[in-house]
Amino acid sequence: MTSLTCPHSITLEEVRKLLEAEVLNGNDLSIKVEAVGAADLLSDVLNTSKTGTLLLTGLVSPQVIRTAIVADLCGVVFVRGKKPGDEILALARESKIPVLGTRLKMFEAAGRLYTAISGNR
Amino acid sequence: MMHEAFESVYNVLGRDFANAGKVSTSIKDTLKRLGINPAVVRRVAIVSYEAEMNLVMYALRGRVMLSVSPDAVTLKIDDEGPGIPNIELAMQEGYSTATPEMREMGFGAGMGLPNIKKNADQFDIRSEVGQGTSLFICVKQAA
Repeated sequence: MTSLTCPHSITLEEVRKLLEAEVLNGNDLSIKVEAVGAADLLSDVLNTSKTGTLLLTGLVSPQVIRTAIVADLCGVVFVRGKKPGDEILALARESKIPVLGTRLKMFEAAGRLYTAISGNR
Repeated sequence: MMHEAFESVYNVLGRDFANAGKVSTSIKDTLKRLGINPAVVRRVAIVSYEAEMNLVMYALRGRVMLSVSPDAVTLKIDDEGPGIPNIELAMQEGYSTATPEMREMGFGAGMGLPNIKKNADQFDIRSEVGQGTSLFICVKQAA
């Protein structure tokens, strides 16, 4: 998984704005994002992510949320306008995993966040 | 930190993709409740999740046995399934026999067993073709 630890602190609310994203789950967007990673392979997320990582993914399945729980991720962003089903969102609510959805493609979403957190705004 | 000894057994059903991962999230909850160090909890949860996904993807059914002692958290995972003909090959990163259906879920890229080994302080795998596979994983708690 490509990932970057944030030298410039960023919150989920800032991520929402940068990605023009919809909030699909989560009330508290003041949570600090420690790192950002983009992947569709959950084994890579489990293998390389750190606690507090925000995951950008184009994969929609309950296993994405369970990966977030298991690996202590700070949230999930579904890219390319993908809509997780009710079952997935119910699991996210139950386990308090913030979920955003953006129409942006993975590459652009990752690019916008990379620019923001690496301080090259 | 001293913890009381704790043991629990969880059943996992093969091909039950909707629930795949549930056992590992509940193991994680249990370890957190027991007050285990968060870094240890995370490692055990990752190991358990990869093993559970393997079990759901390949086996008919199996069990995960969790035990916690003051020194370590151990997982014993036994399944009834096809077994692994060549363990050495299966342990190689990227070696996979997964179907497209498994890959669509974000697993099956040949990283599961290597990830399990990486996160374990002790790791043992035994398998008999046509019978099943057993894993033993131990994650030590810092003294």
